[in-house]
Amino acid sequence: MQQVFETIAKQSRAAWKALHREDIPQILIGSATCGRGTGALDIMRAIQRKLDENGIQALVKEVGCIGMCYAEALVDIIKPGFPRISYSQMTPEKATELVESFLVGDDPRPDMALGHFGDQALEGIPRLYELPVFDGQERVILKNCGHIDPESIDEYILQGGYSGLVKSLESQPEEIIEKVSQSGLRGRGGAGFPTGRKWASCLRAQGDQKYVICNADEGDPGAFMDRSVLEGDPHSVIEGMIIAGYAIGATRGYMYVRAEYPLAIFRLKKAIAQAKERNLLGENILGSGFDFELEVFQGAGAFVCGESTALVLSIEGNRGMPKPLPRPRTTEKGLWDKPTLLNNVKTFSMVPQIMNRGPQWFAGIGTEGSPGTAVFALTGKIERSGLVEVPMGMELRRIIEKIGGGVPDGRAFKAVQTGGPSGGCLPDEMLSLPVDFDTLDRAGSMMGSGGMVVLDDSTCMVDVAKYFLDFTCEESCGQCVPCRLGTQQMLAILEDICAGQGREGDIEQLLALGESIIKTSICGLGKSAPNPVLSTIKYFRDEYEAHIKEKRCPALVCHRLILYRIDEEKCSGCGLCLRSCPVQAISGEKKEPHQIADEECTRCGICLDVCPDRFGAVECITGQENLASSGRDGSECPH
Amino acid sequence: MREKVREILTAFDGDKSQVIPMLQAIQHEVGYLPEEGMEEVASYTGLRRSKVYGTATFYSQFYFTPQGDHEIKVCLGTACHVKGAMNLMDTLERELGIRCGETTTDNKYSLKRVNCVGSCALAPVVMVEDHVYGRVETKHVKGVLDKSAASV
Ligand SMILES: Cc1cc2nc3c(=O)[nH]c(=O)nc-3n(C[C@H](O)[C@H](O)[C@H](O)COP(=O)(O)O)c2cc1C
Ligand code: FES
Repeated sequence: MQQVFETIAKQSRAAWKALHREDIPQILIGSATCGRGTGALDIMRAIQRKLDENGIQALVKEVGCIGMCYAEALVDIIKPGFPRISYSQMTPEKATELVESFLVGDDPRPDMALGHFGDQALEGIPRLYELPVFDGQERVILKNCGHIDPESIDEYILQGGYSGLVKSLESQPEEIIEKVSQSGLRGRGGAGFPTGRKWASCLRAQGDQKYVICNADEGDPGAFMDRSVLEGDPHSVIEGMIIAGYAIGATRGYMYVRAEYPLAIFRLKKAIAQAKERNLLGENILGSGFDFELEVFQGAGAFVCGESTALVLSIEGNRGMPKPLPRPRTTEKGLWDKPTLLNNVKTFSMVPQIMNRGPQWFAGIGTEGSPGTAVFALTGKIERSGLVEVPMGMELRRIIEKIGGGVPDGRAFKAVQTGGPSGGCLPDEMLSLPVDFDTLDRAGSMMGSGGMVVLDDSTCMVDVAKYFLDFTCEESCGQCVPCRLGTQQMLAILEDICAGQGREGDIEQLLALGESIIKTSICGLGKSAPNPVLSTIKYFRDEYEAHIKEKRCPALVCHRLILYRIDEEKCSGCGLCLRSCPVQAISGEKKEPHQIADEECTRCGICLDVCPDRFGAVECITGQENLASSGRDGSECPH
Repeated sequence: MREKVREILTAFDGDKSQVIPMLQAIQHEVGYLPEEGMEEVASYTGLRRSKVYGTATFYSQFYFTPQGDHEIKVCLGTACHVKGAMNLMDTLERELGIRCGETTTDNKYSLKRVNCVGSCALAPVVMVEDHVYGRVETKHVKGVLDKSAASV
């Protein structure tokens, strides 16, 4: 087997070498979904045009996401004689200029550069890995993302890809599972279930046919770790799945991918075809006698299908409604009632490296209870949003303040939301907590699959709670009463509170409802749906009380509790707000103080943004007394 | 229509596990799921029509009425929500004169919401067809619409 693979690897090396000639520059374009959203494809065309015009030979290729989404669009240049240099915030114009300076000329343009990958110092350009954004980061899952062309199996093989599979095929299934168990790997889909134990139970399960399923449904709104892995390093997930198939005795696999991820689906299908071509997938893989077929199944837009039994029903062509307990385990009776192994994208993607580098290596990263690394999608009110990968056990504060650079625009940090609709919000005092599966759970949030949304003082915590409840209400499959109706009741109370109709006792009612929904719902969706509400009440009760008792939204978010007005003393009548108002709610003669018609105002806040600082005439007010002094009480608001 | 749907279904072997991929294929070609399509899937797979409808109506991806030429999706995921995505939605509703979930009378645009397209770092995000527009401000909305109109 080793020999068969060596031939394949040799071909890959030759193909790679032919493409990556040492005497020509390489240009790497970060073209995952986020890169494309900032114009990566236009930039690529502009660069190609410029190269052609100047008759420069260069290799232009697409790579996945390196995680520095805040700096997109990213272009890297590897020019002979120079280390690889990363350039950020590129546009077609800037990229053209860069090619002119650096490739037509010889100036690496430190003013545009973000950092370089070399060992030696380079005048005016810092080493990329010494930037604060990489502080304490350790790339295991994201090892290849942003470095290799995800559409080239050759590059993956060159990075050691598929050698974990070869090693596995040469061992006994029990040995593989033993290694996975020893590594301490826990599932990255949210619950942190020990992966080795799941595999072992699947191996033991009796069945003429078994299945491996990769959960790539990533429905948590505000998370994109799995998308980045699928778009940036699809083969790592595929390799992990083949190893799993061999270990448990399954010959078929499915990748259940969210419908909203077209690029990931495209790249996966391409990767599967390439793996088949090399006989790394399909019949008699590398002559081992082991067959494995892999198929992409596209989800159809239902968050609850991320739950294991719902996902299985969905592949079978049904409504994706989780099965109530007691029910047989998916590992024993899953897809078509056959033993089925279901793991998250990141869980599978780590397996090849564990096979290659050994379980001790993996167990040595992170904490004892949660070994390995955690990938977070750091977003929201944060200076450097993007993907970060850190050893488990790192303090939340370090992730947010050092790596993420803290809250921008001089605003104050308020909370961090982890675990999406199933998780919760943690305040500043909790930032000393280490991130691992168990600690965040105990604090009333959860690790989830890795969404981490930072909130600042312009975020209303009641509004955030309402937002998540609205989400779970919408996504509830509807089969059990607590989840279907209980969440609706909670949502109705939250809507009232945000609309200035909150009553004494609402908070207690929310707590009571939340508790019973957690106790009585069928599946994880209902059981965790109240978490965002409970955690915000726990840590931000004063905000709820301000809404209820004073009709005040401290963050100036809840439309019915705020209004915009113009201070006649300060307004010079410059007309800027009048011209900017999208709904013509502002009136007033030139050079005369303007007014805002409250009934027309949609509370978009543009007038406040455009009013020059030297006047500062537009203000946003809240609170019963203030609103009353402006001629209305909260309940009369037209919105 | 029936002929067209039958043609699409020839790519499948009629196994009832393929209901969702079949519906996706029909919607991809036709733009929505017409009644004939549902009937054909039912008879092709041997499932009852109620069963096929049951599956289709469970998933938010499927539509049962014709959609506009351009599909505008505003992301209302968490990251986009806290960065003011609701204001974008309001602006689009106003510009297009329709509510979220509706289609303009000239059948040009359908306006939809989506819970995260996985580009949270670029929040707030608007997706037109498969293209993601990042860091969209209310003042960019018109430009996004014009650009999509130009790409017929
Ligand atoms: C409502 C709900 C949604 C879920 N969504 C996902 C998801 O999008 N991706 C995922 O990997 N796991 C999701 N899970 C967890 C899965 O049920 C399952 O635990 C996981 O995929 C197992 O893989 P792991 O052991 O590798 O973590 C969800 C669970 C629930 C209850
Ligand atoms: S929340 Fe909008 S792209 Fe994720």
